[in-house]
Amino acid sequence: MSNRRNLAAYPHIVWSALFIVAPMLFVLYYTFTDGAGDPTLENITRIGTSNYLLIFLNSLCMALIATVICLVIAYPLAYIFSRMRADTQSIMMVLIMLPLWMNFLITTYSWMTLLEDTGIINTLLGYIGIGPLHMINTPGAVITGMVFCFLPYMVMPIYSVMAGIDPRIIEAAKDLGCSDRDVLFRVVMPMSISGVISGITMVFVPSISTFYISQKLGGGTFQLIGDTIESYFTGTAINFHFGAALSMVLMIMILISMGVMNRFGDENEERGLLK
Amino acid sequence: MKKLSKLYLAIVFIFLYSPIVVMILISFNAGESTAHMTGLSLRWYRQMLSDDITLNAFRNTLVLSSVSALVSTLLGTLASVGISRIRKRRIRNAVKNVTNLPMVNPDIVTGISLMLLFVFTAQALGRESALGFGSLLIAHITFSLPYVIMSVLPKINQLDRSVPEAAMDLGCTPMQSFFKVELPFISPGIVTGLIMAFTLSFDDFVISNFTSGASFETLTIHIYAMIKKSVKPGIYALSTLIFIVVMTLILVYNLLSSRDRRER
Repeated sequence: MSNRRNLAAYPHIVWSALFIVAPMLFVLYYTFTDGAGDPTLENITRIGTSNYLLIFLNSLCMALIATVICLVIAYPLAYIFSRMRADTQSIMMVLIMLPLWMNFLITTYSWMTLLEDTGIINTLLGYIGIGPLHMINTPGAVITGMVFCFLPYMVMPIYSVMAGIDPRIIEAAKDLGCSDRDVLFRVVMPMSISGVISGITMVFVPSISTFYISQKLGGGTFQLIGDTIESYFTGTAINFHFGAALSMVLMIMILISMGVMNRFGDENEERGLLK
Repeated sequence: MKKLSKLYLAIVFIFLYSPIVVMILISFNAGESTAHMTGLSLRWYRQMLSDDITLNAFRNTLVLSSVSALVSTLLGTLASVGISRIRKRRIRNAVKNVTNLPMVNPDIVTGISLMLLFVFTAQALGRESALGFGSLLIAHITFSLPYVIMSVLPKINQLDRSVPEAAMDLGCTPMQSFFKVELPFISPGIVTGLIMAFTLSFDDFVISNFTSGASFETLTIHIYAMIKKSVKPGIYALSTLIFIVVMTLILVYNLLSSRDRRER
């Protein structure tokens, strides 16, 4: 029985080999070759010798800030949702998902309208005698855009883990003398770590590699790694080989941080209640 | 506490919906500006609904998202069943890690890696370009798969193994036990996966940006091209229409499913 069920994974394994593993090998191939197809290390060394390191660092900081803000907003939200009536819960999740249906190119553009010096927020602030505040083309505007675009991805996994917690466990905790606070900190939180980990992954990765939000809301005042990579593939200065090298470095950076995160998550999960 | 959480919800929803409100308002603008209202009109709606290129891009996106969501849900559900039964921990983790690559990897890296694969293959085969509907579909299925597996696999793991075993002890064949016991239990995960796959595909711009060719334009690619030139409220009108369609669909779906629940 178990042997036959393994077969179910085979189409997927073949698909992964062709369209996940093979493309990665091509990134490797392009990274270590030049335009003529000869092997070279120049693409990699070029990253270390110029201001590309600074761009990497910049992108990392912005992504970390956006991720932390998303987590801080999403966690209480997911908790509030998980304690609502079942009908209300599904409506709330629909409301959280709906903005994802709006194309982020459009919503980012709407944010420009909102954040501009003569934009809607400043007009509203003007009525109560504040401002005008300069918001557009600042790192804050870019982070706002990122949080807006990726917040639902943080709420979803945390909520689904919390909603899956058997209410009897919470009742049992209360019977055994837990206060509401204790229930949150000693029951719900340890059990929701896996949701938090997937949420962080789902927000951090698109944040660190975004290229459109930073162009529109940052106004080109600073370049993120995503902008740089895109310019080598679709811009005017096309260079697949150097672009591949930059992507490689970005990828390795992310894989390392995710590896650390997942190790941390596995340990927590094994100590969890329902394993 | 109740009041506090209501206030909190209100703030988050204002944050999430203010750009959408702006978009809807400006889509009715009589003027050409996307920053200031100069009066109300429906001119941008009329213009959008008579624009063949935009309508075609919309149709393309619907076809692409539906096909890729269905294929990736099928592949992903099968894969989850298979992965959960791989006994050797090391192999199971290896399969999971490879699967998660498109999710862990930034979209831009997934996009360019697939682009390099397609470009290289086209060169090797002596074809002019491999980028089109096929490359987009492959790309969309690939990046949706881990999300489907992520929603289905935990459901399978949550199911107590002794339940399907009990079903088999009581005379079910393994197939019957799967369809009668396991599938109903994991179906919420499958539906979530399907919806996620469709949403991701419908909304995707980054990966499509690198894997689409001139022969097949999706809505996001079309919008990006329009934004590069100049933004007219027409794009907002189009997005407002999509928003209304989606909202209606979701409302109908919710009404139907809640009536379904009551009837049972």
